[in-house]
Amino acid sequence: MTTALDHKQPPRVSGGEEENGHLDELRVDPIALLNRVRSECGDVGVFRLAQRDVVLMTGAGANEFFFRAPEEVLDQAEAYPFMTPVFGEGVVFDAPPERRREMLHNQALRDKFMRGHAATIAEEVALMVSGWADQGQIDLLDWFAELTIYTSSACLIGKRFRGELDKRFAELYHDLEQGTDAIAYVDPYAPIESFRRRDAARAGLVQLVEGIMERRAQAPPSDEEERDLLDVLMSITNEDGSPRFLADEVTGMFISMMFAGHHTTSGTAAWTLIELLRHPDELAAVDRELVDLYADGAEVSYQALREMPRLESAIKEALRLHPPLILLLRVAKEDLEVDGFAVQAGQMVGTSPSVSNRIPEDFPDADEFQPSRYLEPRQEDRTNPWTWIPFGAGRHRCVGAAFAMMQLKAIFSVLLSDWEFELAQPSDTYRNDHSKMVVQLQQPCVVRYRRRPVAESAADARGAR
Amino acid sequence: MRVAVDLDLCQGHGVCESEAPTVFELAKREKVAILDGTPPEETRPGVEAAVRYCPTSALRIVEEE
Repeated sequence: MTTALDHKQPPRVSGGEEENGHLDELRVDPIALLNRVRSECGDVGVFRLAQRDVVLMTGAGANEFFFRAPEEVLDQAEAYPFMTPVFGEGVVFDAPPERRREMLHNQALRDKFMRGHAATIAEEVALMVSGWADQGQIDLLDWFAELTIYTSSACLIGKRFRGELDKRFAELYHDLEQGTDAIAYVDPYAPIESFRRRDAARAGLVQLVEGIMERRAQAPPSDEEERDLLDVLMSITNEDGSPRFLADEVTGMFISMMFAGHHTTSGTAAWTLIELLRHPDELAAVDRELVDLYADGAEVSYQALREMPRLESAIKEALRLHPPLILLLRVAKEDLEVDGFAVQAGQMVGTSPSVSNRIPEDFPDADEFQPSRYLEPRQEDRTNPWTWIPFGAGRHRCVGAAFAMMQLKAIFSVLLSDWEFELAQPSDTYRNDHSKMVVQLQQPCVVRYRRRPVAESAADARGAR
Repeated sequence: MRVAVDLDLCQGHGVCESEAPTVFELAKREKVAILDGTPPEETRPGVEAAVRYCPTSALRIVEEE
């Protein structure tokens, strides 16, 4: 019988002599650290995060091990301590994370709901641009973060709830996302400014939801059809007739339902636009595709669920180069062996989309934006199921991936048919801020927009310049 | 043709059921059930669409001799 002790310890990456190991480097330049683990150690290597080792896996073989492992072997719940104060300490859910994901999936993410969601998203984009002048500029982070608050609340919670939100909700939600400093691996309640803002933002969101609940209690929906998830939660009572869910708990549920799909979709929309503006030929190809597909007056709700190869490839390539999650973590619940190396129970185990998505053996010209790599016959996303991992892979693959792709296709279907964009700052000044575990665009990240001439089709307008 | 599923990967999205309802079925909360593992040739377009559009790439067609 072999035990973990029979296997050799995986190599350790350089640096990290400080008390908290590589924590500070992770907070300043995480991608350099993760790349160094691969270049110095290979497919399996160790860095230190506060009091714990993280065994980082990269490459197809090690990644497949990571993604196929069941929850009992590699546990997700313990791995993200920075999320507890965001969702709310003491918020008691009726179900473990696995079951909650499944509920969300069944309620809102199944194939049969997608067409309705696509129509909703198209309406939300149209509403956001209805306030635009013929030309102007937007900050990509602010704009897409607000849009995706509206789309995710409308699709996942309900249109009635969406109608009760405004910009304040988006701003508070942003503060929550910014409250994910990796210092949480030492102390999730450390006395730092971003954690204070996080806690104030959560309290502010509870207050907004409480106000909404009070107004609804005064005037319950007359029409059964209009009832949304909040009405359902408010109708559940304890045995003594008191409400089962108070504002704090409801807010915690909504924050957690919206979290996975918010900054991820928002960031990907922004990066898709930035990369298309950096590559005018690719943008022209996407424009032509949109003109062709919508020429016969097709609805976005129909088209966003069907193939749009050029747009989809551009989105996939933005995801590969700028994955919204750069480090996925688990905690090993038992001693394991990976590629001949020992992993001990209690160690953290990680994999990195940022590193894997750019492995040159799997992705030729790995640092280049080349949407054609997804077209027939290359299909590099399908031929590399364990290293093309912007959505993760295997049994824990993002359950919202299909929803996210549909949403991004719907957003750009509306935006690019009526508007032209251009970068408003030097191309290399658009970059991600990696100081928090939730990666967001660094501000300023401004682009200019201009209404397309009505008489001309999108492709004509572009070709005429 | 024979239809194979990797149940580690299936998340029950139900795209296959929409594409080829006589071959795939999704009960509530469940992963896919294959109703007909060696479906007739006339279902091929639907089965191929199911394989192609499966969000988690969990399905395969195995051609038999």
